[in-house]
Amino acid sequence: MNTAVFPHPRKLKLATVSLAGCFGCHMSFLDIDERLLDLLELVEFDRSPLTDIKTIGKCDIGLIEGGLCNAENVHVLREFRANCKILIAMGACAVNGGLPAQRNQLDVGQMMRDVYCHQVGGTAGNQIPNDPELPLPLNHVHPIHEVVHIDYFLPGCPPSGDAIWTFLTELLAGRTPHLGHGLLRYD
Amino acid sequence: MSTNDRIDALSPGTFMLDGEEIDFGPGESILEAATRTGHYIPHLCWHPEFGAKGSCRLCTVRINGRIGAACTVQAASGQEVQNNTDELNALRKTLLQMIFIEGNHFCPSCEKSGNCRLQATAYDIGMEGPHFEEFYPERRVDASHPDLLLDLNRCILCSLCVRASHDVDRKDVFAIGGHGIHTHLLINSPNGLMADSALQASDRAANVCPVGAILHKRVGFATPIGKRKFDTLAVSEQVEETKP
Amino acid sequence: MNRLPGPFDALLTRHGNAPHRLVQILREIQAQQSWLSPDTLSAVASGLGLPLAHVEGVAGFYRFFCGQPVGQYRVLFSDNVTDRMGGSEEMMRHLRHLLKLEPNKMRADGRVSVSSTSCTGLCDQGPAALINHHHIVTRLTPGRIEHMAALIERQVPPSEWPAEWSRVDDQIRLANVKLGTQPAPGAGIAAALARGPQGMLDDLKRSKLRGRGGAGYATGTKWQLCRNARSATHYVVCNADEGEPGTFKDRVLLTSYADTVFEGMTIAGFVVGARKGLVYLRGEYRYLLDALQAVIERRRSQGLLGTSIQGQVGFDFDIEIHVGAGAYVCGEESALIESLEGKRGTPRIRPPFPVERGYLNEPTTVNNVETFCAVTHIAVHTGAWWASIGTPQSTGTKIHSVSGDCERPGLYEYPFGTRIGRILEDCGARDTQAVQVGGPSGVCISAMEFGRRIGFEDVPTAGAFMVFDRTRDMFEVALNFAQFFAHESCGFCTPCRVGTELVVRRMDKLKRGYGSSEDVQVLYELDKLMHGSTHCGLGAAACNPLRDTIAKFRPAYEQHMKSLHFAPGFDMDAELSQARLATGRDDSGAHLETLA
Repeated sequence: MNTAVFPHPRKLKLATVSLAGCFGCHMSFLDIDERLLDLLELVEFDRSPLTDIKTIGKCDIGLIEGGLCNAENVHVLREFRANCKILIAMGACAVNGGLPAQRNQLDVGQMMRDVYCHQVGGTAGNQIPNDPELPLPLNHVHPIHEVVHIDYFLPGCPPSGDAIWTFLTELLAGRTPHLGHGLLRYD
Repeated sequence: MSTNDRIDALSPGTFMLDGEEIDFGPGESILEAATRTGHYIPHLCWHPEFGAKGSCRLCTVRINGRIGAACTVQAASGQEVQNNTDELNALRKTLLQMIFIEGNHFCPSCEKSGNCRLQATAYDIGMEGPHFEEFYPERRVDASHPDLLLDLNRCILCSLCVRASHDVDRKDVFAIGGHGIHTHLLINSPNGLMADSALQASDRAANVCPVGAILHKRVGFATPIGKRKFDTLAVSEQVEETKP
Repeated sequence: MNRLPGPFDALLTRHGNAPHRLVQILREIQAQQSWLSPDTLSAVASGLGLPLAHVEGVAGFYRFFCGQPVGQYRVLFSDNVTDRMGGSEEMMRHLRHLLKLEPNKMRADGRVSVSSTSCTGLCDQGPAALINHHHIVTRLTPGRIEHMAALIERQVPPSEWPAEWSRVDDQIRLANVKLGTQPAPGAGIAAALARGPQGMLDDLKRSKLRGRGGAGYATGTKWQLCRNARSATHYVVCNADEGEPGTFKDRVLLTSYADTVFEGMTIAGFVVGARKGLVYLRGEYRYLLDALQAVIERRRSQGLLGTSIQGQVGFDFDIEIHVGAGAYVCGEESALIESLEGKRGTPRIRPPFPVERGYLNEPTTVNNVETFCAVTHIAVHTGAWWASIGTPQSTGTKIHSVSGDCERPGLYEYPFGTRIGRILEDCGARDTQAVQVGGPSGVCISAMEFGRRIGFEDVPTAGAFMVFDRTRDMFEVALNFAQFFAHESCGFCTPCRVGTELVVRRMDKLKRGYGSSEDVQVLYELDKLMHGSTHCGLGAAACNPLRDTIAKFRPAYEQHMKSLHFAPGFDMDAELSQARLATGRDDSGAHLETLA
């Protein structure tokens, strides 16, 4: 193992994204409040809604909220996997499909027809939007670990700010994060 | 098991549980003795009132090196039982993951959250994610009954409701049907709906479900977060509790 | 109980309106009605005074009980790996095509449905099919399939189909003690009577006979425990459930050596103090029922069954046959007893064991068909003689049912301790890649191990011996076995119910070409978990074929892997199918690749 000593410890690069998420986990992340300043001593944000950086570079940690609902989610997830050393599934949606997955018993094509074509009061001759730029929804909502290897899971809806803080600080200190009673939640 | 072991098991005595000496009474299982003396062995389908079932397998322990379900093994003098080990907790975590992916256990909108034995056991074991792929099975919800809701998305097939309805209520409202991965709960009524069964809100069977499969209507989220059964104390710290 | 007369009253009365006859009752009604409708279940529940949900629960457990109409002709193709090797999957597809059927759906006119079922025990003369859970068809060929479709269209009853199609041969290739000359009926009983019950039991212990159903428990010990258990009533049960794929030796014993089997049961009755013997005959062997009843009748007339057997006042013993309804797990003795009691066939918590509390909570000895045969021979020739055959820990002979890639499939009986290579030579196996000994829950033996010996010291077996030559893909073999276990899991305990399903999904993933080393890792994890935490041996053994074939035939798996660390388990492009259909799009954005 390379034990070369750097003159200054490099800040780790942290990227975040909400795939098919409600951004509740990102809001909860911000509940770490002024601890964000401590975090910024150790990490530098890359692509993230917080920085508004739109493209991801090589990162150490990727924090992913939301599950996979459409093709675009899959592309973004794959990009994150390719560029981040560690990926964390944050929140119920990323971990097990969450709320969006409650539609998994239904046919998504039928839903679109019902909404765009058969809706009472809708314009006659309505079509389902089919512009090539629109991402198509998947037949089933999938948790992200079913499509790429995920290194850690941080459940909650959302996980509390304290849980996210504990998790990140443990990880950054080189320990396997362990949440414990009160911080480990699924609701 | 040899004849000698059987004779031993009929007399009270002690066994070692993770190095601690535990008293047992005649005919008690390892799980019964441990729970009665305040020692936590994870379990979902065992209940002090209804005894052992052996279906969830969460109570798997090592007895004299041999693996088995603590609810099905009679306590005997001189047994060395391993319970709180990394190996067994890893096995239990996998069993919990299996239960979670088999059904549709969506905690954020479940009224039982915080009071749910499945959730509390998973928290205690430290289950952070499903590990396996989600099955997203199609399971029914029966809201026909005026006072009770049946949500089979959350049923873990512990059959406590089956046993309670048979042993206590003497109504046989519930039964287990199907086989393999399609095993499911049945309601005893001509059309299979709860409204047409003999089930009443005051029945033992309507109040024994450890998860959110059988719920009372119009209760919802009455208990605030922070005051629910497993909010302050983990399930492993509430061993003496005998009511679900 | 006041109720209106029901349509099945006569049938129910014949069964004494006894709840513990529920499985037999449902089976007989289905044979008449071809399926079990909700009204039927209602009538049965009412007639037996049982909750409807209980009856539904029992009906839904057994694979042969149909809760939906399945047609005038229910065609079930035996789906053991040997059937597949004989082209059964192609023939099933072809039959569906000829009859214009959708998979697993009854034809709209109510005529026919075609599906598959677990191994029917005809592996040496397959591919085989079962019609209406009763009529056997062996040696299927595309020609027979064409002819069968025509007969079904013309509504010719199976009893009028070509008799040659239902020919079941014993195919005894190598006989030894059990398959050789049989003692005259009554000789074994006479020998036992002469020694007295404990004397006979002592001699049985001297023989060191171990059960021939697979578990190998010492028969003498089992009978002693049963005899010692204090009760006025004891039972003898013959486990003729022979469900382990690749096993068909009990089928032959029941076909042509029934006297010896029943004699062994009678001796057991004498020793343990039972007046009643029950044969649990697997549903797939329903076609043997009439012949077996005839043997029982004849033995009664010969004073070998019934009251005062061979003139011995007080020695009464009779035998009743219960037919199963498609449930491999009922081969496990406590699940078998649950089934005899008219319930779902889920194994009990053990201890207590059946010898203490078994059928109707009375002391019961459950033994395999072949074990009872051995008992008869031991009675006549002595335990010391039996112990002189085989090896010190595995005395006597073992019958193997050999099938697969070999010239002479059929029954081979050898003393224990025989080399696997010897069996392969005798059956005309060439270019052998692997042998599955003891069925899917047994051991997969590779070429390097053909010097190993059959016996409890090395390679134990209930009898199945399936041979695979070098043209076979061992991954496909393991996949067939994984599907078997998932299909047959009783569903009672978490690790088996979910674990067997997870295994099949992983194997399917590998089969579709999206395997990765992570999948092999998960399969190993599941194997480890299921080998300790399950409620019975089915779950414990469910990962055996997987584990053995991964270890010994790794290349067969690797050709299904993309050598990636991880790959998604589902077809990602297929996951956009509903949206593509609804929007009518087919541009590049409307597609996804499964592998990035």
